[in-house]
Order: sequence, then structure tokens, then C-alpha cells
Amino acid sequence: MSIADKSTAKPRKLGLKERYAHLTRGLGWETTYQPMSKVFPFTDYEGIKIHDWDKWQDPFRLTMDSYWKFQAEKERKLYAVIDSFAQNNGHLNITDARYVNAIKLFLTGVSPLEYSAHRGYAHVGRHFVGAGPRIACQMQAIDELRHAQTQIHTISHYNKFFDGLHDARHMHDHVWYLSVPKSFFEDACSAGPFEFLTAISFSFEYVLTSLLFVPFMSGAAYNGDMATVTFGFSAQSDEARHMTLGLEIIKFMLEQDEGNVPIVQRWIDKWFWRGYRLLTIVAMMMDYMLPKRVMSWAEAWEIYFEQGGGALFEDLSRYGIRMPKYHEVASKEKGRLSHEVWATFYNYTQATAFHTWIPEKDELDWLSAKYPETFDQLYRPRFEYWKEQSDQGKRFYNNVLPQLCVTCQIPMIFTEPDDPKTICFRSTLYKGERYHFCSDGCKDIFLYEPEKYIQSWLPVHQIYQGNCGGATVPEVLNWYHMSLGNDNMDYQGSPDETLWNEWTADRHKSAI
Amino acid sequence: MPVASIGPYQFESRDKVSNFHGNQLTYLHWEEHNMYCAALAYPLPPTMPFRAIVENLLPEAYGYHPEWAKVKWDQVTWMLDGRPFIPNLDASLAENGLGHKSVVRFWTPGLHGIGGTAT
Repeated sequence: MSIADKSTAKPRKLGLKERYAHLTRGLGWETTYQPMSKVFPFTDYEGIKIHDWDKWQDPFRLTMDSYWKFQAEKERKLYAVIDSFAQNNGHLNITDARYVNAIKLFLTGVSPLEYSAHRGYAHVGRHFVGAGPRIACQMQAIDELRHAQTQIHTISHYNKFFDGLHDARHMHDHVWYLSVPKSFFEDACSAGPFEFLTAISFSFEYVLTSLLFVPFMSGAAYNGDMATVTFGFSAQSDEARHMTLGLEIIKFMLEQDEGNVPIVQRWIDKWFWRGYRLLTIVAMMMDYMLPKRVMSWAEAWEIYFEQGGGALFEDLSRYGIRMPKYHEVASKEKGRLSHEVWATFYNYTQATAFHTWIPEKDELDWLSAKYPETFDQLYRPRFEYWKEQSDQGKRFYNNVLPQLCVTCQIPMIFTEPDDPKTICFRSTLYKGERYHFCSDGCKDIFLYEPEKYIQSWLPVHQIYQGNCGGATVPEVLNWYHMSLGNDNMDYQGSPDETLWNEWTADRHKSAI
Repeated sequence: MPVASIGPYQFESRDKVSNFHGNQLTYLHWEEHNMYCAALAYPLPPTMPFRAIVENLLPEAYGYHPEWAKVKWDQVTWMLDGRPFIPNLDASLAENGLGHKSVVRFWTPGLHGIGGTAT
């Protein structure tokens, strides 16, 4: 081996490149006591063929010692900022207490996914044959654990003052709308290692992450939440590495065997759609939950998917990969998505661990300007009606549970691709039983693997089966660990609002 | 299509009708009134007369809507699981052909939601 020759000829410390080579090639070997297929039982069953694992290229070539060094530096900086944020009552500098509801959604919906990602990468980091991808996955597993941890630590400061942040882990595993992110990740983690990487590393981290991370972090920056901005920065260099892993795994599979192309294409189709549906919460966060807005969901979709994603898929076309199926449906929905979703949470705020509200007049005007083709025509009258009713003490709540999509588990709120006034109903019969879907994308995913999705733990049906603490709202909320009248209901009249008004009143007094 | 799996992979539906304690799931949806964000899900006994949907469940759910009082029931058009349908109010859900997880959509002519926006 040339590396070994050099190092014996001239005793010295190994260079980074050499250490990386030892770590990722020297540590891999063909087993002899047991057949490789028993040591690595999950590499073949998905149908992906790999002929030469050494063809794996990791542009970061990070060794363990440099990894620890980088991460430790970032931790030191982050925790210094978190400490000073707490000491200086940083929460008083946010634009408005309504903003904290975006943080509640992040902590209950996204941070637990970081932890799931940790588990997923730890698993595939054990099961790939090639030491290169194994190491990359192991590092990502540690990154993801760190992200979950730093997010919980950062946001714990808000938990001292605001409601709905006290039991994110429990809520993630029980609450109806959190079954959407939970089931997304469990679908990925219960797939094979190659599908997992296509799902999370490629479709999510590479294609869609700009639509999750950028809006949340810029949203935090725009709204004075320096703590969240800092964990965002701290995670950013990791994210760059994760995105690279995503693109590498795709290219690696596509270059290794032509037979891999249709399998990978089907996974891209599936995970694009699942990821896009998951991002509906981001759409609503951007357009409705940030008191100071960054850009509209439609603009973000145009920049990060239509332009950014378009260029990526043009690049992948030389391998025979095309744009994900139903990407054009996602583009047709960009003018409606956030409004449909915010209205849904407005319907059911009696059972959410965050508050909803009717946007202020200037916010409605912003929406009208950003969505000139849809907002005044379809949604503004709805919000104005609700406002009118609310002002008369008749705030609207929907008291009957909604129908859910079996695949994405979101209530069936989405409208026909070519008719924004009509709800999109899709269904199929499988083994004599009906299954319902919000879209052709979700129906296709079911039809390919029905045995997987007939197990869906659909919150509405679980409540009706008697598995969620009882049949009344207080019983179910108790089972969710939500505090009735504090965590849930409209922002107007909430303890959060009362507290914030007291603080800001004091601020105005001291300003005089 | 089977699931790509490491062993036999077969499961019971988590939502099979026998899990609902004698009820079956029914989804009801008032078209062009999307202020109610999705179809409503109910566990209902299959022996219940269809009339109970029209006279009890729907008014309770949709009564808040300003157009609800204007619905002319003799003009309503119905769809059951994607097919046109004329319910027999006095017959049971089962006799009307409603099965587990059936979808009943209905249109109320002349009523197109607040400001004609399907709200």
C-alpha cells in the first residue's frame, strides 16, 4: 500500500488525507469467519446493486479527530450565546409573542425528527458494506443527536415563560398533527438503508432542506430570536456535509449499475412528495406565524424548488433521472397551501399545543399582495368572516374530527390541482377495505406498498377506537399532555398574550 | 405490489371495521363550504337511519355556517363513494349502501360559500 510505504520511509504524523484513507479503506475488510451477507444482511434486498464500494467519494474527507475539534468549537460558541441570551432576557427582544408559536411547532415537530435521524443514520452507518459511507453516516448520526440536543437546550429558555413547550417528546408520539412528521420519518427508518438515504439525505436534506431550515432560521433572525439563529448557524456546516452525502449517495447508486436507475427514480418520486407534504407546516409558518415575514411560501418554492431543484434535476438527467413525479402539482398548489393549512389549524386550535389567530389587517394586505391570484378570491373573505364572528364572541371551532389521508396523515384539506374550490378526494380498495388519500402522489405511494400503509396509526381513527385516553376533548388533551386553556385555543386571550402585553406595557412605561 | 422486505411482510389493517366497537367510519362533506377544512369523520352504527345524518349530525356540525339555514333539502345532490346517490332517509346506512369508510359528499345548489368563495 503506497500510503504505508511513505509513512515507514519517513516517520512523521500522517496527513489528513492519509488518515482519512486509513479510516475509510483500511478499516473495511472482507469477513472470513462469517459470510459478508450475514454480517451485512440489509444491503441486497432493496434491489440496489453495488459493484465497487471503493468508488464512493466523500468530498469532505473528515477524520474523527478533526470532526471532534470542529464540533467542540461550535458547541463552545453556541453555548456562550445561549447563556448570554438567557442572562439578558433575550425573549423580550422578539418581535411579538405570536412568533413563539413557530418555535413550539419546531420543537414538537422538527427537533424529534433530528433525534429520529440520529437513530436512522446510526442504523445505516452500521449496515453499509463500504467503510466510506459507513463513516459519513456515523458522523451524521452524531450530528443529528447534537442538533436535537442543541435545539432542546436553546428552546428550553422559552419554556420558562411560554406555554406548549413542556413535553415535546411525548407530544411528538401522541398528538394528532405531529403524526405527520413522525410517520414521515418512521416510513424512512423502516425502509432499507438505500431508500433511507434517498429519503432523508437526498430528497429531504438535499432537495428540500432549504425550504425548512432557511425559512425557520431567517424567520428567527427577522424576529429577533438570536438563540435560534445561533443553533441554526451551528448546524449549518453539518448541513452542508449532509447535503453532500445526499448527492453522493444518489450519484453512487446511479453510477454503480444501470438497474439502479428505476428504483432510485421511484424513491425520488415517493420522497419528494412525502417531503413536500411535510413542508406544509413550513408554508404556514412563513405566511402566517412570523410577525415579521421573510418571504412568502410561493416565493420560497419558486426560488428553492422550481429554480434550484430544476437545475439539480437537469444535472441528474444524464443518469436518466427526471424531475420528481407530481412536482407540477406542488407548483399549482403554491398559491393555496399555506392558507389551506392555517385555516385547518384555525379549525382545530382547541387541540393544538400552539395558538392560532386571524392575521392583522396589514398582514392580510401582505398576503393579498403576495398572492394576487388567490388570496382575495378564495381566502380573505374566510378570514374576515371569522374575525367578524370572533369579535362578537363567536370564535369558530370545528367540533368534528377530520378525515385523514392514509399516507401523509394530514387532514384531507387539499384541493383539486386544477380547481382550488373543490377538495381533492382519492381512494382505493385493498383487500376489500377502502383507503383515502389527499392526492395522486399519496395514493401512488400507497399503491406501491399497501401492506406498509394499512398499518398507518391515524390519530382520528385511533381516538374513535378508544386508544387515546377517552372520547372527549379534555380526555384526549390530557392524554396529549396538553394543558387546556393554556397551550391551546386562540392567541387572543391566551396566557401567552396576557404575559406579553404586561411585558410590553412595562417597556412602554420605562420608555417614557 | 409487495414491500421490499427482509422477510414475510403481511399485516392486518389497523383500521379494520372490527376495531370500532360495532361502528363503521363514515366521512361527510358539504361541498363548496371549505370553511370546514376537510370532510368530517364519524364512527356510526350501520343500523342508524340515514335521516339521523341529515337531521342530527349535519346541523350540529355545520349549523354555525351562515348558509346552513338556507339549504333546500329537496334540491341537494349527493355522491356516495364517487357515484351519484339518492339516500333513502328512513333506511339504515347499511341499506343505503354505506360501508366502512364510505365518503358521502353533498352539494347545495345556489349556495357557494361566503361571498361565492367556497368558504
